[in-house]
Amino acid sequence: MNRAQLVRWVAKPVVFVTLLLPAVILAWDSVAGNLSVNPIEDITHRTGRWGLILLLVTLAVTPVRRITGWSVLIRFRRMVGLFAFFYLLLHFSTYVVLDQFFSLRGIADDVLNRPYITVGFASLVLLVPLAVTSTKGMVKRLGGRRWANLHRLVYVAAGGGIVHFVWLVKADYRDPTIYGIVLVLLLASRLKLPRWRSVPT
Amino acid sequence: MLIKKPNDISSSEITDEVSYHSRRKFIETVAGAAAYAAVGPLVPWFQRGQGDELTSYDAITTYNNFYEFGTGKDDPARNAGSLRTRPWTLTVEGEVHKPGVLDMDDILKQYPAEERVYRLRCVEAWSMVIPWLGFPLANLLQAVEPTSKARFVEFTTLHDPTQMPGQKRNVLPWPYVEGLRLDEAMHPLTILSVGLYGKMLLNQNGAPIRLVVPWKYGFKSIKSIVRIRLVENQPATAWNSVAPREYGFYSNVNPEVNHPRWSQRKERRIGKLFKQDTLMFNGYGDQVAQLYSGMDLKRNF
Repeated sequence: MNRAQLVRWVAKPVVFVTLLLPAVILAWDSVAGNLSVNPIEDITHRTGRWGLILLLVTLAVTPVRRITGWSVLIRFRRMVGLFAFFYLLLHFSTYVVLDQFFSLRGIADDVLNRPYITVGFASLVLLVPLAVTSTKGMVKRLGGRRWANLHRLVYVAAGGGIVHFVWLVKADYRDPTIYGIVLVLLLASRLKLPRWRSVPT
Repeated sequence: MLIKKPNDISSSEITDEVSYHSRRKFIETVAGAAAYAAVGPLVPWFQRGQGDELTSYDAITTYNNFYEFGTGKDDPARNAGSLRTRPWTLTVEGEVHKPGVLDMDDILKQYPAEERVYRLRCVEAWSMVIPWLGFPLANLLQAVEPTSKARFVEFTTLHDPTQMPGQKRNVLPWPYVEGLRLDEAMHPLTILSVGLYGKMLLNQNGAPIRLVVPWKYGFKSIKSIVRIRLVENQPATAWNSVAPREYGFYSNVNPEVNHPRWSQRKERRIGKLFKQDTLMFNGYGDQVAQLYSGMDLKRNF
């Protein structure tokens, strides 16, 4: 088996199953009654957290690749990104179905009047075109540069996710702060090095 | 004055009230059945019913906001074992003729506990129904004889990071302080609780003695009290000092006052699937509304 086959037939399925695990565990906990006495809150928090974590993982691919030189990592980024979207869709569906039970009035009231929901909702909407244009065909159709520019929206969406998290906690900002610092580091690593460093000596 | 009759709508076109309600009832029932079919199998522990059934002992003792033991809902049940509730004293001081340091065991002897089943509405839009054991705070306050200057009552939780590990982090100004107006404190619904479900309070529920004010959001019902002080001016309270726009001094349950994080119109009763409407004063308006007559409750939220 050559390297490309190894990635395709072994590494990718392993990563796929791994990324599915949080959902499997959540489903198991729901059926087995292992959630808290407010299970809807539990499901909402867990799916939201995994969505945010995986969003940060996709953003880590480029800097980690640059530091380690493991160019193969890029082959997994789309899958991680789509899993992030999957968990955030579950997060949103939990809110719409279980929390609000399709109450349009309740949802509209929240989106308009609770800033953290406004931001969270907008960030998820931003991710929709990215998920839609994630296929090889769409990359070709848009052209590499335009595709890449479009997919920079992920920075905005991730920032929105952090703001959503900060604004929803009552007093304990430890977790959102940790996630926020990680995002800032990941974004900072993308800044172009100052010119004087790139001049050959 | 001429009152115009709406002649253009024939009476046969108007849905009569009975079928209007039965139609709504039908839609609600169908929607409810559909929802249960969809998610019911996943969540076998949900109760049915719309009434005020007691919340389970398990839920009451494992799902708590008690930041002295951590900010997660399950933290207090896990971490509150380090709290020592004996010996325990309650200091009553300030604008009273008979200040004193009361021993917890003497309090239990002096003020026999009775059962009070109250709704508890958390500001986070969830709620429970809890069978408390306790006695009216008024009994204790009358015994210490407030002076004519006393207008407010200030309550303070124990401050000891070795027993309350959550106090090692500055998520709230420690010790936790809450307050009531004297007339609110003297109201017969306001109790000091020492137990629930016929048992002594567990630490995570605020042992050995806590306040319960059923028409206010849960954070007003301060736990593990060591000091009660009668004062002339409105005390600075914990959540109010952290975020005054979110948590008012009064914090009466009020579905009309918007909160930036949670809609206060509805609440999820722990153990039930569907949210239910939140009631003004948590449903205790008949007993307590007169305390606030003439007050703008949207401003004094």
